[in-house]
Amino acid sequence: MSRQIDVSDLDIYYGSFLAVEKVTMEIKPRSITALIGPSGCGKSTFLRSLNRMHEVIPGARVEGKVVLDGQDLYGPGVDPVAVRRSVGMVFQNPNPFPTMSIYDNVLAGMRLNNKRLKRSEADAVVEHSLRGANLWKEVQDRLDRPGAGLSGGQQQRLCIARAIAVQPQVLLMDEPCSALDPISTLAIEDLMGELKKEYTIVIVTHNMQQASRVSDRTGFFNIEGTGKPGKLVEMDATDTIFSNPSVKATEDYVSGRFG
Amino acid sequence: MSSPHDTGTRTEDRAGDGRTSPEDPDAAVLTRHQPPSLAASMHASLPRWAGAAAAALGVLVAAALVAVTDVHVALAVVVGAVVGVAAFVVASRVVEGERAATDRFVTALVTIAFVVALLPLVSVVWTTVSRGLARFDGAFFTQSMYNVIGEGGGAYHAIMGTLIITGVATLISVPIGTLTAIYLVEYGGDNRLSKVITFLVDVMTGIPSIVAGLFSLALFTLLFGPGLRIGIMGSVALSVLMIPIVVRAVEEMLRIVPARLRESSYALGVPKWLTIVKVVLPTAASGIASGVVIAIARVMGETAPLLVTVGLTASTNFNPFEGRMAVLPVFAYYQIITPGIPPQAFIDRAWTSALLLILFVMVLNVGARVLARALAPKTR
Ligand SMILES: Nc1ncnc2c1ncn2[C@@H]1O[C@H](COP(=O)(O)OP(=O)(O)O)[C@@H](O)[C@H]1O
Ligand SMILES: [Mg+2]
Repeated sequence: MSRQIDVSDLDIYYGSFLAVEKVTMEIKPRSITALIGPSGCGKSTFLRSLNRMHEVIPGARVEGKVVLDGQDLYGPGVDPVAVRRSVGMVFQNPNPFPTMSIYDNVLAGMRLNNKRLKRSEADAVVEHSLRGANLWKEVQDRLDRPGAGLSGGQQQRLCIARAIAVQPQVLLMDEPCSALDPISTLAIEDLMGELKKEYTIVIVTHNMQQASRVSDRTGFFNIEGTGKPGKLVEMDATDTIFSNPSVKATEDYVSGRFG
Repeated sequence: MSSPHDTGTRTEDRAGDGRTSPEDPDAAVLTRHQPPSLAASMHASLPRWAGAAAAALGVLVAAALVAVTDVHVALAVVVGAVVGVAAFVVASRVVEGERAATDRFVTALVTIAFVVALLPLVSVVWTTVSRGLARFDGAFFTQSMYNVIGEGGGAYHAIMGTLIITGVATLISVPIGTLTAIYLVEYGGDNRLSKVITFLVDVMTGIPSIVAGLFSLALFTLLFGPGLRIGIMGSVALSVLMIPIVVRAVEEMLRIVPARLRESSYALGVPKWLTIVKVVLPTAASGIASGVVIAIARVMGETAPLLVTVGLTASTNFNPFEGRMAVLPVFAYYQIITPGIPPQAFIDRAWTSALLLILFVMVLNVGARVLARALAPKTR
């Protein structure tokens, strides 16, 4: 169920503002790819271009190729809605649907698409996804309660369960732990280690320890100044990036000298 | 009240307990950091009944002025208020100090403003209830004015007319208003059409209600010829007034639905229209429902547009597409403007109709709150 993503010469715009320039990157299946870099260098922008969420913003567009499993996501006739079904996303702030119970939140991807499920199938999907998100034990006896009543860390894991319930091939996570306490963060990092057995995972993080703990490969983005586009400076195995990067800026950033 | 001296004593006591010793650095810090200025700045405060006493003084002064001199009541009230506030502030200044006195002064002004704002409301409710109760009886709710010449009869036909005509107006306005708001918030963005619509909605909000009535009258005259008076004409007139209110209310509610909810729905591969129907609208449902109910309450008591479109009849008519219909405001208007014999019977019916309208509006407003609470997203 996991697929490789090949990005080539991707330029990402907000209107006429070029936010990210000429990214070429290979994202390996069944692994965790971390994206690091100073604020505003376009990590979120790049991530959102991988499931065509970028174009939701008025005036936003991209040029270049994102190839998933041999198919260009930006090719003619490709439906962005279909792309988002196979490339799931978890956002920085946990955002369960406030009108839905925990149960319905997990099923949101199907329920909102008017997909009919037998009760037994639905139960199975909910249990499987919640177990996958390491939340089943905590909520199994209150599935009918509102998702908004959970703690922040639980809400984020609920959002992960919601994302994996539609069985995507890729899971994108934009700073999924930045709003969470250390214990919830650890729970989610453990979870990522589990999930990478099945999914291709791309995570944006500000936390260098987190990148070095969880990821297999790391890409460093940088920006020369405000108004300039962000660029992928270097991408390599995580160990290499943190111990022996080939670019000076990467070394400065991972050793905490700026950013 | 503690003073710097007390603090010193307390520290000595502690040392005596053996819990702290004189060379204990914590104890030293504690003593040094005990801010003496805090204790010094604390004044006694006025007793809790001081405000009530000042108000009573004001009332007393005003009453005395009216009783003893022949000044106008309004002037006496103003003088009483000034005396009461002055006494309150001076007392506060003496006992509590300058800053507290300023606070008391502003509090007094705000309270007086509140009372002044409340007076007309209380007066209206009081007048309407006291005069409307005379005919607040079973017959009023069950009988029409069919074949009634003097006393007796009721407003059953007008109650039904009001319910039917506002009901139909709601059926027309809510879909149009909601869809317009959805276009403005979810699709229009900043484009030309949505700017034009917003402008037109603003203009519609401001048109006098009689103009809405004349619009409907002109429309139906154009379509079906002159002289027509049917219920639906009134509903159309009320819709003209109601649509902009609904658009505004729904628009406001849709705008506060966080963008991240829409995004997380898109990210699950849900198309935009389903996101609107299944995420945005349910999240905003509570606000939308209460906005709609308040819009109904606003147009329910309209008189002028109904006067020119549906006219009046003495008997009950359930069909908004045929024949004149009575509605409460118009009924009340004619009862009071063209009383028969005995006149008191007509005047009483008018007041009871007015009371009933106020009750309707009140029930709708309370209903809006209940509905909002029932539909609001829950967290437990
Ligand atoms: N919705 C938007 N509209 C216009 N510009 C944006 C928008 N979101 C982000 N940007 C700009 O794009 C650049 C990259 O932002 P972002 O991807 O959020 O950076 P990061 O996630 O690395 O902190 C920044 O210059 C930012 O100002
Ligand atoms: Mg970001």
